[in-house]
Amino acid sequence: MATLKVWNMDKTHILQTHGRDWLYKMMLIRHFEETAEQLYASGKVHGTMHLSAGQEASAVGTIAPLRPSDYILSTHRGHGHCLAKGGTPARMMAEFLGKNTGYCRGRGGSMHIADLETGNLGANGIVGGGVPIAVGVGLSIKMRRTDQVVVVFFGDGAANEGAFHESLNMASIWNLPVIYVCENNRYAMSMPVTRSMKVERISQRAAAYGIPGVTVDGQDVLAVFEAASQAVHRARAGEGPTLIENLTYRYKGHSKSDQQAYRTREEVKEWQTKRDPITKLRDRMIQAGSLTAEEAATMDQQAAEEIVRAVEFAEDSPEPDPANLLMGVYA
Amino acid sequence: MSTREITYLEAIREALQQAMHADERVFLIGEDIGVYGGAFGVTRGLLDEFGSERVIDTPISEAGIAGACIGAALTGMRPVGEIQFMDFVTLSMEQLVLQAAKLRYMFGGKATVPFVLRTPGGAGTGAAAQHSESLENWFVHVPGLKVVMPSTPYDAKGLLLAAIKDDNPVIFVEHKLLYRTKGPVPTEMYEVPLSRSEVKREGRHLTVVATSLMVQRALEAAETLAQEGVELEVIDPRTLKPLDARPIINSVIKTGKLLVVHEAVKTGGFGGEVVAVIAGSDAFDYLDAPILRLAGADVPIPYNRTLEYHAVPQVENIVETARRLAGGEV
Ligand SMILES: Cc1ncc(C[n+]2csc(CCOP(=O)(O)OP(=O)(O)O)c2C)c(N)n1
Ligand SMILES: [Mg+2]
Repeated sequence: MATLKVWNMDKTHILQTHGRDWLYKMMLIRHFEETAEQLYASGKVHGTMHLSAGQEASAVGTIAPLRPSDYILSTHRGHGHCLAKGGTPARMMAEFLGKNTGYCRGRGGSMHIADLETGNLGANGIVGGGVPIAVGVGLSIKMRRTDQVVVVFFGDGAANEGAFHESLNMASIWNLPVIYVCENNRYAMSMPVTRSMKVERISQRAAAYGIPGVTVDGQDVLAVFEAASQAVHRARAGEGPTLIENLTYRYKGHSKSDQQAYRTREEVKEWQTKRDPITKLRDRMIQAGSLTAEEAATMDQQAAEEIVRAVEFAEDSPEPDPANLLMGVYA
Repeated sequence: MSTREITYLEAIREALQQAMHADERVFLIGEDIGVYGGAFGVTRGLLDEFGSERVIDTPISEAGIAGACIGAALTGMRPVGEIQFMDFVTLSMEQLVLQAAKLRYMFGGKATVPFVLRTPGGAGTGAAAQHSESLENWFVHVPGLKVVMPSTPYDAKGLLLAAIKDDNPVIFVEHKLLYRTKGPVPTEMYEVPLSRSEVKREGRHLTVVATSLMVQRALEAAETLAQEGVELEVIDPRTLKPLDARPIINSVIKTGKLLVVHEAVKTGGFGGEVVAVIAGSDAFDYLDAPILRLAGADVPIPYNRTLEYHAVPQVENIVETARRLAGGEV
């Protein structure tokens, strides 16, 4: 069976170089999600949302080794992916509020945010909807003879859609530069992974396609980065796809309304207090002497302010004009 | 019969519950229908009542859900599947269209495939283009499938019970915005027969044929126009396929005018079928105005609230169009 080459990365050096950037991005995502939730609660949002609080390291660590010209395909839980790929909080927030200045001119909303300029080929309202598209993106990269790669994010639940199988098989037989990143947050809505599949690890499914599969502590941004870097390297070198499973957890309910009867408060609390990706990175950097607690607090403050400005921009933005309802249906 | 006011959602749940008590072959299968109670809460409580063998949570596998219904139905069970949003039936299409609909005929009429696939359609919740579809007419186009779309709690319960008893695959389309609407529903089991159109309100100036949520909107419009002396006759086909056309034809013979209203996109929509049936019927000679359709704009449902509002027919659109048509301005 194919395995992923494991290099020994100089972790101290990596953290010194990238740690602050990653920490800030994760804080930004967390503030975005918490603010989105507040906006929803205050009745300013007509629609739904899926928040990724708790899963920030998977977004940031996976996207860190990508170049601006590389692609991502995101999911319904896609705010973090968009921000990590370089999306602007203001334009995302404007989309969330359905404004004309939003990434999709208010047509898409939270679940469809796409930022083609940063290579984000879109969030997706359909579970597993992006997974087959990754084959086409990989094929196009190959046919255009560029050295780009594509990362396709999907949830544990998406791995049970038939199209998941078709996509991995096609990408593997054609050696496409696709990195399959499963964000296993233990539940698909109310369905626990333990009841939705017999395999212990989703990464084991890679064996069925003859490609490497790895399971990673998705709350450790460095571990996520390491696995992603190696998969990206493999893809760029023309060696084909990799399946990465980031073990993570969503702190909030599945979507806007969720009684969460399928899990306990204690379980949520435990992940929040013991395995929080932001706390984990911050403490590690402080211990390594590359960051002080005060600096971390300042960064957090800055991230919070950036989101406040994003909300201001969104709230001040104009609504789409109903006269343009049909705009954009056809090219 | 003892009757009380309950919601459309409760009426559907009660039908499921009573059907499961009455017939042990009936079981439920779908995503998050157990502990979660379904995305809209329709099946809440049924897991506790019937256990996980009859209220089956599946992985996210819509083709699998449809296939499981077909296979179980073919071999003696009476499944009621749920597709969480109507949009996701697209992932079940092969099983529904190429298998469920055709097996009986291809096998020379020897097999039966008695299952119901429940699914909520419609816009109005800000769920955007991939969670707001009204795809009923896709199924209307397929011989072998029945398509049911209740507009009231009473019809929802009675039609669902009839659909479960029916020996054919039935696509049962609910509407998200109707779930919270209330109406009188008998406590005991009863059936509203499939393929029976119903006149929901009598009137003499204009026939309005509407489906699902649009029935409620047409009735509101009728109320408004009644104050101006314009009387709409509102007809709900309830079963889109096979369609019971006679009450519509009779109504048009009486009023001489027809407006068809549905939420699904106009082009290729169910309205075209109704119009063609009337144009080809004995009502043709009685028409004294062009037949009009009001339907969804040719656009994926937008997220923004105002755009979404303009993408599907609203009460005011029905009032305005019906007024012009009835007033001889068309
Ligand atoms: C094809 C399809 N089926 C069902 C849904 C409804 N739905 C949206 S998200 C979700 C759970 C997805 O779980 P997972 O893939 O693990 O992602 P997570 O939400 O945990 O991030 C479900 C059932 C959908 N959007 N698309
Ligand atoms: Mg999940």
